[in-house]
Amino acid sequence: MGKIEDLQVINGEGYQLSTLDKVIAAARKNSVWPLPFATSCCGIEYMATMGSNYDLARFGMERMSFSPRQADLLIVAGTISKKLAPILKQVYEQMAEPKWVLSVGACASSGGIFDTYSVLQGIDRVIPVDVYVPGCPPRPEQIIDGIMKIHEMVKNEPLRRRYSDEYKSLMNKYNIEGNEE
Amino acid sequence: MKSKLENNAVLELLNGKFGENIKSSEQPFDLLTVEVTSESAHEVVSWLKSEPSLAISFLTNLGAVHYPDNQGREIAVVYHLHSLINNFRIRLKAYLPIENPEIKSITDIYIAANWMERETYDFYGVQFAGHPNLKRILNEDSMDYFPMRKEYHMEDATREDKDDRFFGR
Repeated sequence: MGKIEDLQVINGEGYQLSTLDKVIAAARKNSVWPLPFATSCCGIEYMATMGSNYDLARFGMERMSFSPRQADLLIVAGTISKKLAPILKQVYEQMAEPKWVLSVGACASSGGIFDTYSVLQGIDRVIPVDVYVPGCPPRPEQIIDGIMKIHEMVKNEPLRRRYSDEYKSLMNKYNIEGNEE
Repeated sequence: MKSKLENNAVLELLNGKFGENIKSSEQPFDLLTVEVTSESAHEVVSWLKSEPSLAISFLTNLGAVHYPDNQGREIAVVYHLHSLINNFRIRLKAYLPIENPEIKSITDIYIAANWMERETYDFYGVQFAGHPNLKRILNEDSMDYFPMRKEYHMEDATREDKDDRFFGR
């Protein structure tokens, strides 16, 4: 479970009080299951981040989810060609709400050095992105910093955000069908 | 290792067999390079393979080059062939007009030519007549141009798919 201060509890004799969204947010924040979508050198940096030296597991991210159905966080690390774009979008659509996207490195964020006919100039052309990590490739520390930013968003996300009109219009912008209430 | 075949001897054989269809030849870096007419390319490749004294029966590579200033013969289809028995290499070139870059497929001679011809079609738009499955192989199917042709600016300042705020170009 999360650190006790995340919950902003009222302590008493033998009980603690908080609000439901804070408890849920703390639970989500400390068990974000990432789906790595790694295509190139950023993927190698991501693997280092995941490994024992940098150790994502200490943030409750022990389990890499290689199925989008059980993933909360899509980590796109590497160059995405235009041919791959519909596949990336399909993976995103297969993830259940709530879901977040971390774009790792210059290529995923903007196309990077591959300013060419075959490369997607940033994954935000096909799916919405929550946090961008710059770098070519970024060091594991930077990727962890990006994940900390994701944690901050997860922790502060209102329970009803995914049903809001703003969120629906964002999904519509990408031609992605939103979740039914 | 030295080849068992001599460039000039092979060229003589080709000239004797195909005459008018052999248009020119050169030997850069001792690699025999023969320009053939586009109509005869298929026949030449086939003959080189079946002629027992040559046995040039391995397709090393097949590709194309775009020469935009070469009026009426802009696209060159290039065949690299190799004789494993004689350790001999030869390069064939056939020039095509860019309005109708069509040449007979050699997939009936070399199965390996299948993907090479698809790639050449994908990037240069060369139409290989008789190819069993001539569609794009590397690029997305919806692409409506041939990206390796020298028809495009190195960089287009009017492009909107790159956000200059982050690149300072």
